[in-house]
Amino acid sequence: MTTNIIENTPKRVITQPEVFPSSEVMLDLKDLKKVYPTSKGDYVVLEDLNLQIKKEEFVTIIGHSGCGKTTMLSMIAGLNPISGGSISVLSKHIQGPGPDRGVIFQSPSLMPWMTALQNVLLGVDQVFPHATKAQRQDVAKYYLQKVGLEDAFHKKASDLSQGMQQRVGIARAFAIKPKVLLLDEPFGMLDSLTRGELQDILIEIWNKEKITAVMITHDVDEAIFLADRVVMMTSGPKAKIGDILNIDFERPRTRKSVLEHDDYYKYRKHLIDFLEH
Amino acid sequence: MKQSITLEKVSKFMGFGFLTTLKDLFTGKLEKEDFVKFLRKVVVPLASILLFIGLWQLGSRALYEREANYKIQTALVDQGPEAAEAMRTCIASGDISCQPNTLPSPGQVWDSYQSLIRDHNIIRADKAAFIEKTAALNEKRIAAGKDPITYTGRPSFIDQIVMSLKTVFAGFLLALIIAIPIGIFIGLSPTLKSAFNWFIQIFKPVSPVVWYLLVFMIVKTILIDSTEDSSFIISFISVGFCSMWATLVNTAMGVASVDKDYINVAKVLKLGPMQKVFKVILPSSLPLIFTGLKITLSVAWMVLIAIELLAQSPGLGLFVWEEFQNGANDSNSKIIVAMFVIGIIGFLLDRIMLTIQNWVSFNKSDAI
Repeated sequence: MTTNIIENTPKRVITQPEVFPSSEVMLDLKDLKKVYPTSKGDYVVLEDLNLQIKKEEFVTIIGHSGCGKTTMLSMIAGLNPISGGSISVLSKHIQGPGPDRGVIFQSPSLMPWMTALQNVLLGVDQVFPHATKAQRQDVAKYYLQKVGLEDAFHKKASDLSQGMQQRVGIARAFAIKPKVLLLDEPFGMLDSLTRGELQDILIEIWNKEKITAVMITHDVDEAIFLADRVVMMTSGPKAKIGDILNIDFERPRTRKSVLEHDDYYKYRKHLIDFLEH
Repeated sequence: MKQSITLEKVSKFMGFGFLTTLKDLFTGKLEKEDFVKFLRKVVVPLASILLFIGLWQLGSRALYEREANYKIQTALVDQGPEAAEAMRTCIASGDISCQPNTLPSPGQVWDSYQSLIRDHNIIRADKAAFIEKTAALNEKRIAAGKDPITYTGRPSFIDQIVMSLKTVFAGFLLALIIAIPIGIFIGLSPTLKSAFNWFIQIFKPVSPVVWYLLVFMIVKTILIDSTEDSSFIISFISVGFCSMWATLVNTAMGVASVDKDYINVAKVLKLGPMQKVFKVILPSSLPLIFTGLKITLSVAWMVLIAIELLAQSPGLGLFVWEEFQNGANDSNSKIIVAMFVIGIIGFLLDRIMLTIQNWVSFNKSDAI
């Protein structure tokens, strides 16, 4: 029995992740730390977190609830100040939020009083101020078409279903052409059918645009299907990178080819073992 | 899918849902299962109105009798049995000179309403005749560079309603112009909030009468050179100051409590401050701002009567006060007519605001 458990338990030893040449790195987190002061002393959410994400890479982050995944992502987005270490995009330290890091939030976060098109334009107008109005409209419409909303340009966001709203959220994020795309459990609130549809849409656009993406998820299958690497985070407090799993499936992938691949269950088992121990 | 606008939708939107039920009744569209709904929405309100009028009739009858007995008793004690008998016959004959002065009955109020309308028609005809008569003369006066002669007769009841509406709208606009911008700034900046908070907390509960006196002190001095009648200016400014607080507080609250997600989106997109305010913060706080405006308008209408009365500014408040001072036989019933008119107009103003609020708010269920 004992041997069996030992064999199945993933390595708990924290190995320093691989270091890539800086020309290949898009996003670099160094000794990242986040501390929340409380009345009973400091609460350390993250500590000594080191992670490099390469250009045109899709990384998913998986870990238990409350381990600090969302904290990490919002620090990368610049919405949450860092307590120590550094975050850099293309070797430049980030200063607050900016459109070089597009975010797809867990809730679609559309302005409900605007139409789908206006919501996308809100970002496009900001990022391409020198383009003509028609050009900006074209950009917004292009991405809305890409997410399958060509019939809903002028629908109020509040009249769209949750899934449709999140499609607008995807279009809005891609339309501003960010260097890094940050996704915070974007499909967490959707039913499983809609989730599958949106994963397909996301990966289809991503295959075209190849924007470096960091996505938090709770869903092991989603993590494997979308990612080049799955980053596993240890449970907090003082969460850090526990393990990294390379997913060597070819791109473009289809759900069927992934599910039928011999390695799929090996990857899945690895992730579940990590999460269960 | 294009949505058509029907009577049903419009009346429901404005909160007059019972109209639809009434229409269904007359067009025979009412199903059996709708009967309970019909009972609740049409029969019950009608019955309660009748009950109200009945109780009113009984109450006014009882008060009338009490007042009459008191008059007869006083005559008996002061002047002897003959005077008491004379008073009894006088009251019974319905002679105006000796009628008990108390709560009027519904019938008397209705008569007064009709007499007010008749009076209005007479004054209107009089005014039209005056304008016609002076038209030629006025043309000459204008040509000669003099001021035209204007009608200076007393205002009718309807004229006074119109004056009151003008005052309340002027006051409401003033409240809106002051309260919304300040509310936005206070909502945006915690520093400004702490700077202004004591001010709001202290002045919000101040009575309309005191506001009037304050405004009177200031405006009287400012307009010291002017020969114009300043009562309108004083009363609308007082109305504005009394009523703006709800809008101020609601705007500040709405602006301060914008969904954090929207603020994050604005941050990620790096929207400028103006864009952030006009594209994100204001639209998302509109429902709360409108709730504030709705309260402001109803408060404005409520304090208006008291302020007009104090300011001697023509309008319903002054009408009520003059009737009360007047003490004519039908004064009491005219006061009750004014009471109903004030109530109904207040209700209509509230419905209008509710309609606008429903129309501008993005989330229909937010409307309160």
